[in-house]
Amino acid sequence: MSKNILEVRGLTTKYVTRFHEDVYAVDHVSLSIEEGKSLGIAGESGCGKSTLALSLMGYYFAPLHYMSGDIVVDGKNISNMDPDDVRKTVLGTEIAYIPQAAMNALNPTRRIRKFVEDVILAHDPKADRKQIYEMAKARFAELGLPADVLDRHPVELSGGMKQRTVIAISTILKPKVLIADEPSSALDVTSQKMVIKMLRDLMDKGYIRAMIFITHELPLLYNVTDDIMVMYAGQIVEKGNAKDMVFNPIHPYSHGLMRSIIVPEEGTRNHKLSAIPGTPPNLKKPPQGCRFADRCKYVVPQCRYNALPMIEAGEGRAYRCGHSVQHLREEYQNDDE
Amino acid sequence: MTTSECTLHEDIALRPKRLEDLASRPLCLSGKGVTKIFGTGAKQTVAVDHVDFEFHEGELVSIVGESGSGKTTLSKMLLGLLNVTSGEIYYQGKPRDISTRHKKREYWKGIQAIFQDPFSSFNVFNKIDTVLLDCINMCGGRHLPKEKKIEMMTEACCFVNLKFAELTNKYPFELSGGQMQRLMIARVFLLKPKILLADEPTSMIDACSRATILDMLLHLRDEIGMTILFITHDIGLSYYISDSVYIMEHGKFVEHGTADEVILAPKAAYTKRLISDVPKIYEPWDLTTV
Repeated sequence: MSKNILEVRGLTTKYVTRFHEDVYAVDHVSLSIEEGKSLGIAGESGCGKSTLALSLMGYYFAPLHYMSGDIVVDGKNISNMDPDDVRKTVLGTEIAYIPQAAMNALNPTRRIRKFVEDVILAHDPKADRKQIYEMAKARFAELGLPADVLDRHPVELSGGMKQRTVIAISTILKPKVLIADEPSSALDVTSQKMVIKMLRDLMDKGYIRAMIFITHELPLLYNVTDDIMVMYAGQIVEKGNAKDMVFNPIHPYSHGLMRSIIVPEEGTRNHKLSAIPGTPPNLKKPPQGCRFADRCKYVVPQCRYNALPMIEAGEGRAYRCGHSVQHLREEYQNDDE
Repeated sequence: MTTSECTLHEDIALRPKRLEDLASRPLCLSGKGVTKIFGTGAKQTVAVDHVDFEFHEGELVSIVGESGSGKTTLSKMLLGLLNVTSGEIYYQGKPRDISTRHKKREYWKGIQAIFQDPFSSFNVFNKIDTVLLDCINMCGGRHLPKEKKIEMMTEACCFVNLKFAELTNKYPFELSGGQMQRLMIARVFLLKPKILLADEPTSMIDACSRATILDMLLHLRDEIGMTILFITHDIGLSYYISDSVYIMEHGKFVEHGTADEVILAPKAAYTKRLISDVPKIYEPWDLTTV
């Protein structure tokens, strides 16, 4: 078994609103990723996926504040570090982050090569610009990007090309962990496939050693990541390997989420599509017990009173629910009949 | 209508029988050689290129294409928001005439739309009551008693699992994206057009709320007999919900047929590529063919 390249233990971060209210958007999240593996994070809008991604970098801007927990990257604890130290020693080299719609953040007045220079010179001010250019050309070619991209402005590139360029730039310093937040959601299916291939190539060629992939598109997670983690209302509700999570989820929310998958395959013909009614709880005052209780078909009174820990279910799986695995499986089977 | 389970499962089992019935139903909207060209001379762009189509009453048709394929331009022409450069559109078997403002308004009583972005679909100055009252007025209900109007608005909200009593005095932007999209469908329920054009109605909605929206569209088709035109880039979604599918590439329809024919046994090279580019869960996703 490979060592863990990223370990997160009990991470809690909060937003402070302008009315000085605390919103615990990431609440005691723990996860780990082995070297060479990728983790997918799924969940609906507002569950805390992007906040978790931001929190993992250890670089906090108000209104996001670090509260507690450890983030250990390749043995180095980066939680609660000084922001300047994080910027100089962590961002880009230990962890790289590609936020949502990153391709729209490229300065339209600058050529792509300048963005590469910015990243490298920020970590090594004495680096030679010609050498940077040659290195970037070689890297772009290896990742399937045409060499002339470096001499172009962002506005000359298509959406898919821009996103692939952003990924290449973000990983130019070979970060140990890449966090990609919805890297392909604004792209058509063909461009999406190119982006996914590039991410796979980055892993296969060793330019990144682990990846966290955040998306609401579950078929994509199934094909891209080794493990999947489902988040709900700031907490992890289930985690496990991708195949088990898609075809055999345990937690009622995961079960509902996976039942909403639609793919153009004959296998979906007999699939009963389901929706999850209601909305997530207000995280300014999260419920005492299970946060999914108000929307859960299988809720019982004790669900609302008992704070629930993650329960190990064997073979790397864990879930957060008061019901046993067997009970939930029976309920799901009854629903299907 | 159930709040958590949709009827799509049963619907798929009945699909073959329904497709047989559809072929015998009258045409609701059809077109011959419909073309839209922007610009002139060497710089012109042919956005829609001589497309033919036939949509029957009570049919759910998907128009699938990637960004830039021309599907939005086509949908705007069908809505009467863009002029047709050449070709003819037929509404209920007769050539469509929207040459005057009055005729256009009459046409819009028969065709309505819901769009991708619910956040920009509403006038921010109008409360939800006003949004729904406008629909009642458009259908000739201006002089109905207040109690009757409230009853109609309550029924429309109930159809989409919203409670009208909780929405009065609220603005649409106070709702979530999914709720706003449902409010759009409530409008359609009140207006009861013959045709609903849904342009990517679920692409900005979470997966777990998507089934609710799809279910509502199916109920509009089944209970009111509405023809639904579903514009999407999501070929999986089109397979799941549609009776028939049109595949659009560079302004042309490259393939059309029943959902099973087009998705499970595609003939056109473009359709095959489109399907192979979508991530699957029952088959391996081949990334080498990029």
